[in-house]
This record gives sequence, C-alpha cells and structure tokens, in this order.
Amino acid sequence: MSAYPPTAMQQGLQSCETCGLLSRPAPGEHEGLCPRCEEPLEFRKHNSIQRTWAFLIAAAVCYIPANVLPVLATTTAAGSESDTILQGVILLWSPTGWPLSLIVLIASIIIPSAKIIAMGYLLIGVQRGSVTNNRQRIRMYRAVEFIGRWSMVDVFVDTFTAALIQLQPLMSVEPGPGLFFFAAVVVLTMLAVESFDPRLIWDAVNLKEVAHG
Amino acid sequence: MYNQPIADASLVGCPHCDLLQHLPDLAPGASARCPRCNEELWRYREDSLHRTLALAIGAALLYLVANSVPMLGLTIVGRAASTTVIGGAGHLWENGQKIVGTLVFMTAVAAPALQIGFMLAIVIGAYRGRPRKWVGQLLRHHPTTRLWSMIEVMMLGVLVALVKIADYAKVIPGIALFVLGALVFVLAAMQANFDPKQVWDRIEWANEGGRSASAAGRAPGNPMAEASR
Repeated sequence: MSAYPPTAMQQGLQSCETCGLLSRPAPGEHEGLCPRCEEPLEFRKHNSIQRTWAFLIAAAVCYIPANVLPVLATTTAAGSESDTILQGVILLWSPTGWPLSLIVLIASIIIPSAKIIAMGYLLIGVQRGSVTNNRQRIRMYRAVEFIGRWSMVDVFVDTFTAALIQLQPLMSVEPGPGLFFFAAVVVLTMLAVESFDPRLIWDAVNLKEVAHG
Repeated sequence: MYNQPIADASLVGCPHCDLLQHLPDLAPGASARCPRCNEELWRYREDSLHRTLALAIGAALLYLVANSVPMLGLTIVGRAASTTVIGGAGHLWENGQKIVGTLVFMTAVAAPALQIGFMLAIVIGAYRGRPRKWVGQLLRHHPTTRLWSMIEVMMLGVLVALVKIADYAKVIPGIALFVLGALVFVLAAMQANFDPKQVWDRIEWANEGGRSASAAGRAPGNPMAEASR
C-alpha cells in the first residue's frame, strides 16, 4: 500500500455529507452541526454496519415471499390464474419478446439477489478489517448504488398492467400479495445501500498505514 | 452546537474514502477525482445556473402535461380503457395494495415533483450574490428527492407492460407516454448541468458568526472569478 495523506477523521475533521464543508467539532464536543448547511455531522455514519445488516436481512427475508407468492392475478371468462415474477418472465419469453423478458429477469431476479450478496460481502469485508481489493470493493458499492433503483421496474409493470386491464367480465388483472414483498425488497435494499458508509471500507487501510508509518 | 470551519476552504475530505486533499481550481467542464478511490469530487459545470434553470422550467412543463393526460389506452373487442400515472397508483390503492400504491405514487409522482420544484427554487434563489439559508435547506434535501424519483424506471416498466398487453389487446400509447419519454432526458440533463458546489460556495451560512470568525471562507460573489484565479 502506497502512503497517502491522512484522512479527515485522523485529523479530527468531519466532512459534511451534503455540502462537502470540512469542519472541526467544537472543543470538548465529539460531533456537531455543519456551520454552513446545518446537517448533523459525525465522523462515520452512526451504527452503519448494524443498520445495513438489519435492512439487508429484512430484504433477504422478504425476497422469499416476493418470489413464491403471485404478483399478478388474471381473471378471464375461462377462469383465473396467478403468476409469480418468474412465471411472468417465462410468459414474456417469445421469439420477438425475449429482450423484454430478459430485462425483467435481470431487474427483478438477478439485481435484487446480487445486491443482497454484494452488500453482505462489503459488510463482512469491513467487519473483518480487510485491506485488500479496496478499489474493487468501492467500485462494487458504486455499482450497487447506481443499479439498485432499476429493480423497481417490475412494480411499475404490474401496476400499469393491473390498472389498464379492467375489462370485466371479459378479462381483469389484479395485483397479488407477492407485489408487496417484492416492493419491500427493493426499498429495503435501497435503504441498506444508503445506511452503509463507504468510508468504512478504507478505515482498515488507514489504521495499517498509521501502524507502519 | 455548530462545528468550527477550518481556515483553508479548498481542503476537503473525500466522501467515499475520507482522504484529505486540496480541491484544485478547475477549468470549466473539467473534473477533480480522488487519487485513492477515484470518486468524482467536483465537476465544474459551465454556465450551470442558466442551463439548469432552463431545463428545470422545461421539466416542470413536461411534468404537468404528463400527469394531466392519459398515458396508456387499449381497445379489445369494442371496449376501451385508459389510465394515467396517478390512475395506476390509485388502482393499487383501491385494490388492497395501499402500501405499494403509495410507493408508486411517491416514486412516480411526488418525488419527481419535489425534485423539479426544489431545483427551480434552488436555482432561482441562487441568482442572488449570497443565496439565503432556505436555499441551503432545499439543497440539503434535494439528493433525497432525486434518489426516490424514478421516472426513468417507470418508463421502462410502462414499455414492458405495453408489450405484454399487446398480446391480448390493441394498445394505444397516450400523449403522456411521449411526454414522459422526453421528461426522462430533460431531467437527466437538468441534473447533469447542476453544480451544487457553485451554490454552496456562495450561500449564507447557517452559523454566520462562525464563518466571519474563521474569516477565511471563500469570498461571497462570483464563483467563476474564484475558480479562474
């Protein structure tokens, strides 16, 4: 590891997450408000690891009913049937429609599970004090942060399918119980990403540099 | 209790790795990145206020149209149906999916409105030499509205739904669908042209006393002159 200048925390400085101003807590205080934008400041997000784990575990729990319970129920004159997310993907799969089917597969099944695994990996790395692959890990965090919102796609697909196909008694589509759990997975993983403090990835490196420097 | 600002206003801590570094003065269009974690610390957007204002006004107009006309319609054996964005969320609410309905309303209707409204107010407020404190309050919460505003995700969802429904019925794309398509790009351009640092550098501080005490905060006035020194 090459030697870098110290971090703000090592110098007793706090940088504001919203406006970027660097400031020093008043004498005797550990934290305070940003003098420019009034944001409460702290060296690292409070209980970041515990909060992120809590959101992540809740998301993993909701992931099961989200995939097992139906998200849409279709009623036609011939009877009614309900589809889970995966069945929706299969239903969309056709010689012409496969690209859309692939979009739903990636956004609804691959991204949420990859997000849960990636955040778990980042948390374990931080808790073990890992000092390797920092650049890859911060890149992974940014990718998860960037891509997470796209999982909401299936919620919108089902919302507008259900809102539009209201042709009773011919055919009608209603949202199923799985939709709630699926939306919960998306929101909980987004909250997990928000509560994770990426600076924690580098803190073990900072400590090591101090020890050797 | 307010923190005390430090004397050197160009010193920053990287938001992604906390490395202390000096922010260089940049040429318009250039950006500064953290040498350790490669996070973009600042991109100097040229003519940021005027461009952002123009795009925010455009976005506000498109938003109003998009939410007042039908987005999707269909006909099947002589029967017709259509829906708006709000209608989609309302349908979920009425059919026992209140929480998901609220989420759809928040991400597709409320958050985009706040994102555009906050941006308009911030930019207009920032035309003053020393923007007032309320501009800072809005600017502080703007990233949250941006995080939960998901027009572009909704567009993709609507397109998938459209293809799905096309199997059963004749789908009629409404005017709002095209307007929303344009809004996705205008919103992206609005965010890309906005430079929060140029506003923060000039803003009236929450703790004005602390600022004058440190006496070294960047001079209020023209940020362009400041950066091209």
